[in-house]
Amino acid sequence: MSVEHLYLHVPFCAHRCGYCDFVTVTGQDDLRERYVEALVRELERADVRPRTVFIGGGTPSLLSDDLLRRLLGALPPAGEVTIECNPETITPDKARVLIEGGVTRVSVGAQSFQPHLLTTLERRCRPDHVVNAVSVLRSAGHSNLNLDLIFGVPGQTADDLEADLETALGLAPQHISYYELEAKPGTRFTHAHGAELVRQADAMEAYYERVVGTLRAAGFRWYETANFCRGDQMAEHNLGYWLGHDYLGLGVGAVSTVGLRRWRNRPSLARYLAAVEAGLEPPAEHEPLTAVDRGLERVMLGLRLDRPLELDAAAGLIDAGAAGRLERSGMLGRDEGSIWLTDRGRFVADDVVATLVR
Amino acid sequence: MAQSRIRNFSIIAHIDHGKSTLADRILQLTKTVSDRDMREQVLDSMDLERERGITIKAQAVRVLFRAADERIYELNLIDTPGHVDFTYEVSRSLAACEGALLVVDAAQGIEAQTLANAYLAIESNLEIVPVVNKIDLPSADPDAVAAEVADLVGGSAADVIRISAKTGEGVEAVLQAVVDHIPAPAGDPAAAARALIFDSAYDQYRGVLAFVRVVDGSFHPRERLAAMAQGTRFDVEELGFFSPGMRVAKHLSAGEVGYIVTGLKDVSQLRVGDTLTHAKGAATVPLPGYQDVKPMVFAGLFPTESDQYPELRDALEKLKLNDAALSYEPETSRALGFGFRCGFLGLLHMDVVRERLEREYELDLLVTAPNVAYRVQRADGEWIEVHNPAQMPESDILGTEEPYVRASIIAPKDYVGTVMELNQDRRGTFHNMEYLSEQRVQLIYDLPLAEIVLDYYDQLKSRTRGYASFDYELLGFREGKVVKVDVLLAGELVDSLSLITHSDNAYKQGKALVEALRERIPRQMFEVAIQAAIGSRVIARETVKAKRKDVTAKCYGGDISRKRKLLEKQKKGKKRMKQVGNVEVPQEAFLAVLEINREKA
Repeated sequence: MSVEHLYLHVPFCAHRCGYCDFVTVTGQDDLRERYVEALVRELERADVRPRTVFIGGGTPSLLSDDLLRRLLGALPPAGEVTIECNPETITPDKARVLIEGGVTRVSVGAQSFQPHLLTTLERRCRPDHVVNAVSVLRSAGHSNLNLDLIFGVPGQTADDLEADLETALGLAPQHISYYELEAKPGTRFTHAHGAELVRQADAMEAYYERVVGTLRAAGFRWYETANFCRGDQMAEHNLGYWLGHDYLGLGVGAVSTVGLRRWRNRPSLARYLAAVEAGLEPPAEHEPLTAVDRGLERVMLGLRLDRPLELDAAAGLIDAGAAGRLERSGMLGRDEGSIWLTDRGRFVADDVVATLVR
Repeated sequence: MAQSRIRNFSIIAHIDHGKSTLADRILQLTKTVSDRDMREQVLDSMDLERERGITIKAQAVRVLFRAADERIYELNLIDTPGHVDFTYEVSRSLAACEGALLVVDAAQGIEAQTLANAYLAIESNLEIVPVVNKIDLPSADPDAVAAEVADLVGGSAADVIRISAKTGEGVEAVLQAVVDHIPAPAGDPAAAARALIFDSAYDQYRGVLAFVRVVDGSFHPRERLAAMAQGTRFDVEELGFFSPGMRVAKHLSAGEVGYIVTGLKDVSQLRVGDTLTHAKGAATVPLPGYQDVKPMVFAGLFPTESDQYPELRDALEKLKLNDAALSYEPETSRALGFGFRCGFLGLLHMDVVRERLEREYELDLLVTAPNVAYRVQRADGEWIEVHNPAQMPESDILGTEEPYVRASIIAPKDYVGTVMELNQDRRGTFHNMEYLSEQRVQLIYDLPLAEIVLDYYDQLKSRTRGYASFDYELLGFREGKVVKVDVLLAGELVDSLSLITHSDNAYKQGKALVEALRERIPRQMFEVAIQAAIGSRVIARETVKAKRKDVTAKCYGGDISRKRKLLEKQKKGKKRMKQVGNVEVPQEAFLAVLEINREKA
């Protein structure tokens, strides 16, 4: 198969955080080895030569050093190999396993440096874990680090946000992903904190602007809605999604998109293992796509970036009248062959895109 | 059948007091519908004569009843429209009857609407047969309710029939009372034929169907008929009655109720309230129809989907067929597109029309704020009638007049104070007060019609816990200083939000309107100023702040489908909005004017 981007999902977590909606598994530690073997089998069968690999989770760094070595050893060679880590799981040995296994980029799930917010988020790590993890990773030779951070946590004051930004910048990462906390309806988290979030909505309104402003002032490039990098050290793997490239996802819950086919592996770990061990395709849910669907996605994803979207990619999907109105109201820029969002437009990109497309 | 054995009656009941259930039991008891075919609310749910392609609702159903004297009587049950508080329509049905069953819930007692309709029936000289229903309910208090009813219609509580339409108990006694107490029709079978059109319907294959009450003479198939007021002529294609399916008959004679298939294709050619007679040997004097009513309340009706405009036009044309009071003319709005300026008798009439358009014709409508008709004297001295804020001259107005009504409010004496307060608030002039009984008082006020079209009725009901009944008659135009209040969104005039109001109310209403709009217009990408202005003078302003963030934070390989679906949903939401300049206005915002609650202002 020819895809440029390969994603591997490692669902294991020590604890499921209340706000999380990824496919995760807690306990069942005995299944980790079988799972890694299943991923390796899938990798062999897929036989891909990707440019980028991303190992996400769950908590991939929760795997033992041996299992990580096994998994990384089975990876095809790639220019960028990213792995997600929880700070408290990083040891000097693990950092070495990663670098020896060909990992070029480590994404550290810091989320916040304020103990009370970490408690609200049900994170196990403490602020000094992050500082420690960054230094351990650097000592082992990791030179491309990302910090994952969250704003809009219930109880987060403007001072808390400033402090997080300051600490994050002090760690001098190459890349920062800064997400607004999404309290999805029906989650335990929303149940517990939803009312507080509504109450704080007005106060938190300016947080996103603050994040963007502070990071830019510190020399970061706001290259995607929630992603910032030094120079051009973008997350090449994720950039693939935003540029509408095909990608293959392996493991439970992983999504693949190839041409007009998209499928999502089912989340059941037991069924996944049984199928792969029996030499079968993992059970998956298939979603047929139309060319219009992919065109819409191209526009929607492409306009998240700080670069123009070639209109060829959006043939017939753009409402010219709406584009004119958006341009006049300062949300959109245009030239002959492309469109892009202004800074103002990027803050309300969902609305702009919904207005822009037919 | 001889007129002496015909009885024509309606059922007057408050919503949920059991009208449909009683009708069901009557059909069952008289074997008009077999037990096998019986289902709940059979008259409402029946698609009539499907095999003949006619799917209209029976407006009158004929049953045969063997009375205590062992004779068979023909009873015609004439449906009153579902909207029982709508006097005008009720009076139409009552005009075809000699009597009415007044059905009151044994647990709820008399309600305001019951009062108004009972008075209407009494004024129409109908014989009232009082019935207390739902005596099987544990909470029923038949004795107390019977006393209330007797107090209302006269007579003794003992004469009030107590029934349970649900179990069937007492229903036979009701029919016997119809035979005993409701007078037989008293037309002249030998005179020139006359029939009152009390309702009509349109069927795409058979054309216009007229529901008639024959008063004098008789009608037969193939006869050539004339509508006396309108002059329309047609041949009777078929006639008959509903029982409850369509039954073809050889004739409809004095005293009988039935339908006539006219074959007319143009709904406007036959009006409810008109009198049918023979084209040859015609009667000379028409029956007292209904007052030629003049619309006094106007509102714009716009389809939410602009491609529904032709359907809206057709639907209005059909409604107009059996609703002479409805008027309409094309109107164009910059914000709402093509629609119609419609004239109604009042707010209830407007609600009924709107509901019928939405329910029966499956149209999605936007209704602008209603206003009354105004008279304006232009600079050249000429008076013009203004039905629409857009028609209001911009300047050089010499004088303005607004319509006044004489309102009669009947309420328990404890509520007199609050009712008077409401009327004073609404620029009312006290005219008279009278004790109808020890408990109930009638108040007469002169009020500007504009003061009652918005929420007067709601206010009256809530202040009197629903016990007040209210009716009014038009007095004509009187002087009143009115102004036009415009609304600007981000500097753009929104024509469909303009309103005409008395200058005393302009500031209050303008303020309430911009506040209501601020609550209904969602935050947009940029700040939106909402202003109310009289001419170029801004009298109220609100701001919808720009939203500062509207973008999904995380979007990776596993999120794309969900994100695309959210985008499609957001897009769909936008399509339901109207674009005013750069501002997206949800349709409910256009209804804000309807909901300006002056009590809050």
